[in-house]
Amino acid sequence: MPEPSRTRRRRIDLAFWLSLGWLVVLTGCALLADLLPLGNADDTTQTIGIAGYARPDLFSANPLGTNGFGLDLLARSIYGARVSLLTVGCTVLVSLLIGGAVGMVAGYFRGWVDVVIGVFADAALVIPALVLLIAFAAVLGPPRTVPEAVLKSGLALAVVGIPTMIRLARANTLLFAQREFVTASRAMGARHTRILIRELLPNVALPLVSYAFIVAAVLIVAEGSLAFLGLGLQQPAPSWGNMIAEGGLRELRRHPHVPLIPGVFMFLTVFSLNIVGERARARWDPRDLQV
Amino acid sequence: MLRTVAVKLALLVPVLFLVSVGTFVLLQLGPGDPAAQVLGNTGTPADYQRIRTEMGLDQPPVQRYLEWLGGVLRGDLGQNLVPPIENVSDRLLRAFPVNLQLAAMAIVLALLIAVPLAMWSAYRAGGLVDRWISAGTIGVISVPPFLVGLLLLLVFAIHLDWFPLGQWSRPSDDGLGQNLWHAFLPALTLALAEAPVFARLLRGDLVATLQEDFILAAKAKGMPGWHIMLREALRPSSFSLITLAGVSAGRLLGGTIIVEAVFVLPGVGNVIINAAQSNDYKLVQGGVLLIAVIYLLLNLTVDVLYGYLDPRIRRRHA
Repeated sequence: MPEPSRTRRRRIDLAFWLSLGWLVVLTGCALLADLLPLGNADDTTQTIGIAGYARPDLFSANPLGTNGFGLDLLARSIYGARVSLLTVGCTVLVSLLIGGAVGMVAGYFRGWVDVVIGVFADAALVIPALVLLIAFAAVLGPPRTVPEAVLKSGLALAVVGIPTMIRLARANTLLFAQREFVTASRAMGARHTRILIRELLPNVALPLVSYAFIVAAVLIVAEGSLAFLGLGLQQPAPSWGNMIAEGGLRELRRHPHVPLIPGVFMFLTVFSLNIVGERARARWDPRDLQV
Repeated sequence: MLRTVAVKLALLVPVLFLVSVGTFVLLQLGPGDPAAQVLGNTGTPADYQRIRTEMGLDQPPVQRYLEWLGGVLRGDLGQNLVPPIENVSDRLLRAFPVNLQLAAMAIVLALLIAVPLAMWSAYRAGGLVDRWISAGTIGVISVPPFLVGLLLLLVFAIHLDWFPLGQWSRPSDDGLGQNLWHAFLPALTLALAEAPVFARLLRGDLVATLQEDFILAAKAKGMPGWHIMLREALRPSSFSLITLAGVSAGRLLGGTIIVEAVFVLPGVGNVIINAAQSNDYKLVQGGVLLIAVIYLLLNLTVDVLYGYLDPRIRRRHA
């Protein structure tokens, strides 16, 4: 890989900061959604007398328009962000902890431990993720409240997230487990737990965290897909996926802004996560570093 | 070489076993009662018991699983539980051609998009075109597939009216032309998800190949740029792309659920969603197993093929 030139580096940094900015603003809005002066997100009893499908108009009460029930699309998108970010954030964190630990153990001890863990991880990953998610979602039943959605979708997503993290952690541990400082530590009589935690973890943690952004991007799409198929949070509670599916092809023809606005929110978030993850990976991935 | 294949085949067995047990157990835990669904709203408790016995639901789970597995090994996936009742394998085989066609068309389209872009990118690596294409690829990767499908429908089916709005036409119904016309947008949706990944991979390999001495020799001989890219650099750079295309094909064969849902297509994904919603666990099991087996076998084929294509790999394993 040729070293990127100085001008290119500066250019990508702008994209990086914009992406980081979007993620911070969106997370902030999602956290503080109850305090913000937003329109009506999910109470259809109050909008029963209002005509729906207001066009986006930045200087009206509904800057991004309303859906068929007169619910405000900006408010729905932000509450939808809350579901998406919370579900995916929790899943990534859990996957990082469990998958990271298991993957490091597999990569460090090798041998039969590695084979057994590998078979389990492979078994979870040979089934296309969405098929697995649908099977899980069908078994758990459609969630109706936000905490329930976070728990159920999160559980299904973890089945994909954990084995992915196991593989990444294993591959990264393999790279370091052969290095001299590990041999030296062992020669000095360090125990396995000490080597894993004090020697390997600090080296493996950063690359794993940078991959976590990219995994988060994938999981946001997966969570959206579940909701899009009607297996996520149920209407009228908003999530990006169920907002995009709202009304189906008929809605798309007459009121394209209704599915497209949550679509833009989702795209910007996934794009930002990819950019941030890409930058972090370029910086921290040990495979790109010259040792 | 033969040993590598044998080891890989041996590792397939526990993986497949876990997959089958996993799907079986998962759907046992699910809510709903298939016998009650068959019975409908009318019927006596005696009818209910009779149906449970007929469907084998009164036997212990382990026995049901073993019976199912025995059938699978003989190529018999059993009958599904929810009417219309038929052989699971028949139902899946009827839906499968849709996936096969979509996957094949998507891979071809993705390669048609990715190869020229990658060559253009790699020709002056780090240049303006390269930077725009690489920014564009991250952008395209970031659009969720259902959104790609909706956008394509919005532009090409609704506004321009060039393509039909979410229907499927079997080649036996209205001929191949109609069939390809109906399949184009779904295949393009799938292709747009694969193409950026293909392009990035091929670009990287091309950039590496272009550093080699034989390229320098070709340049020194005064070969034109297009000749160097097409005739000299492309072939030695395409090994990992072929691998990836194979893996993608395997994933696409089972992973078209979203596209099937957006475009309302009668593929395996559609069968699995419907079966999952009606607790038809035999159908879900069969579908998941079919997808997993195809994916694993394709991966294995690609591994083997790769060894033959690239002599360096063959020697490393020997």
